[in-house]
Amino acid sequence: MAHADQAALPAILAEVKPAVLPRAVLVSNHRSFSWITDKICGIIEGKTPAWWWWCFGVACFVASFTVAGLTYLVATGVGVWGHANPVNWAWDIVNFVFWIGIGHAGTLISAILCLLRQKWRTSINRAAEAMTIFAVVCAAIFPVFHVGRIWYAWFLFPIPNSNYIWQNFRSPLEWDVFAVSTYGTVSVLFWYIGLLPDLAVLRDRFEAAGNKLRSFLYGLFAMGWRGSNRHWSNYEMAYLILAGISTPLVLSVHTIVSFDFAVSLLPGWHTTIFPPYFVAGAIFSGFGMVLTLMLPLRAIYKLEDLITQYHIDCMCKITLATGTIVGYAYAMEFFIAWYSSNPYEGFTFINRAFGPYAWAYWIMISCNVITPQFFWSRRVRANTTLVWVLSIFVNVGMWFERFVIIVTSLARDFLPSSWGYYSPSIVEIFTFFGTFGVFSVLFLLFIRFLPIMPMAELKAVTPQADVHGSDHH
Amino acid sequence: MAAPSYGLIATFETAPEIYHAAQVVRDAGYRNWDVISPCPLHGLDKAMGLRRSIVPRISLAGGITGFCTGMSLIWWTGAYDYKLTVGGKPLFSPMFAFPVSYELTILFTAFATIIGMFVVNGLPRHYHPVLKYSQIKRGMDDAFFIVIEARDPRFNLANTTALLEKAGGKEIKELEA
Repeated sequence: MAHADQAALPAILAEVKPAVLPRAVLVSNHRSFSWITDKICGIIEGKTPAWWWWCFGVACFVASFTVAGLTYLVATGVGVWGHANPVNWAWDIVNFVFWIGIGHAGTLISAILCLLRQKWRTSINRAAEAMTIFAVVCAAIFPVFHVGRIWYAWFLFPIPNSNYIWQNFRSPLEWDVFAVSTYGTVSVLFWYIGLLPDLAVLRDRFEAAGNKLRSFLYGLFAMGWRGSNRHWSNYEMAYLILAGISTPLVLSVHTIVSFDFAVSLLPGWHTTIFPPYFVAGAIFSGFGMVLTLMLPLRAIYKLEDLITQYHIDCMCKITLATGTIVGYAYAMEFFIAWYSSNPYEGFTFINRAFGPYAWAYWIMISCNVITPQFFWSRRVRANTTLVWVLSIFVNVGMWFERFVIIVTSLARDFLPSSWGYYSPSIVEIFTFFGTFGVFSVLFLLFIRFLPIMPMAELKAVTPQADVHGSDHH
Repeated sequence: MAAPSYGLIATFETAPEIYHAAQVVRDAGYRNWDVISPCPLHGLDKAMGLRRSIVPRISLAGGITGFCTGMSLIWWTGAYDYKLTVGGKPLFSPMFAFPVSYELTILFTAFATIIGMFVVNGLPRHYHPVLKYSQIKRGMDDAFFIVIEARDPRFNLANTTALLEKAGGKEIKELEA
């Protein structure tokens, strides 16, 4: 009421003092700037630990399964995968969507949480972005090799060729080519720009330690960064813009991935709920993977002061929220199948839950809908071992989600005479199993040679970086 | 003074110190000077009197270029260079051209932003006089510096040294060019 004067307000208001909410401590134990530098650079500068070599060896061995599977495929033909009518899309696209989805949490942490000023992201964003890039690498393997004659994979891009024919830009598959390649490129750029000041730190430290080669290599990529505030000003702006464009990018990428299905006419795929449902699922699976990776790193490198219980709580809560959205989407699919009175749509969903692939459906439901509900409990979130185990269930569940959507819909569509049952071939299983090795090899190299946390950003969220003094803010 | 110097450098230990010192140097009217900091400090741009970065303009130009590239690529390939009807659909429509143009908008914006940031900052740069200072590595770790260049019209060795001292700077040194 504009005309109400001060006297009309209840007298009690003058006595009400708003509660002072303590700010969450993002770096525990009042660590200094140099402690942060030493802690994070120490991981790279120290001797390679024995466990790293063991893990690296195992990861290389596992990755060799992908190499073997793909070599056999290229040498023989795409028929070595178990695809046959009516299921001509199966593990390849399941694995593709699975890995792309995992990547999305990295972009969410680095971009969306940056825009929302969620400062707790700083300690996990570097590793999460690395996870994004390596996940996109693993994802890209599948569609590229599914073309069969891999030496023609460049047909995906509008490059002039002797047939004088161009790509069909009406197809969501072509949109996907652009979405995923843009996503990969922008993720690398965003990661690099974040690394820039930290590479300069490493350049200087290796120079001081007399390691000329590593100082040169880090220096090459540090581009002569010297911490000038005139540079920081432009840098911060560039970072903000990259965060600003990565946010619609990550949403569009999984939307376009979902268009691969939603734009078709197949019951179970042809639904408008797919874009938001796929995006929520992607973030859900990505946070599952972030927890799977960060909890062991935190324990091994004793990073409890940088990845605090508050960080774990935040990640668990996002997993819970997105998992619940996914559960809602499952329910809504059933509701719409019934409400639309479309017999094919109705059959598809009954078939998913009670047909030949019911086992996969119920694995999906229990992992994706029931598992995250444990995160309501503070005691569960405080138990890192349990959180880690639950995060594995999330990863498994989200793989099965894509399997259920893709395979059950294809195996039984409109014409009962052409129904079938798909099982993967050993080559497919090897190839997929091996991608975990590919991912681990890349991730292990990352934690050995690059700073796993953004030092400059961590310093900027400590109380010492407050120009008005840490006592009043 | 024997060799021509690049300027003066002063060390500061804490964020509030560098913040107030930057205000002092700004108010003294210097133009060619800089702060070296291990991390971006909130409010320091204003204390230095820096204007808003021009990187967003470069990004916008990149984004517009990307969107136009996408739309014209799809129109040119599908509706001009090789007309091919698929599924009875139109040869060109901004609807089906949108997803690819959208992605190219983002792609070109990202490249424009990063290249723009480097160009505006004058990077990559192989050598800078500041990097020759023996203590400069602390500027990547936990210390802050103010550098005032000798080419600044207000630069005067004695007066500028006095100003940096007044602002609370420690270890005020001349930098080799």
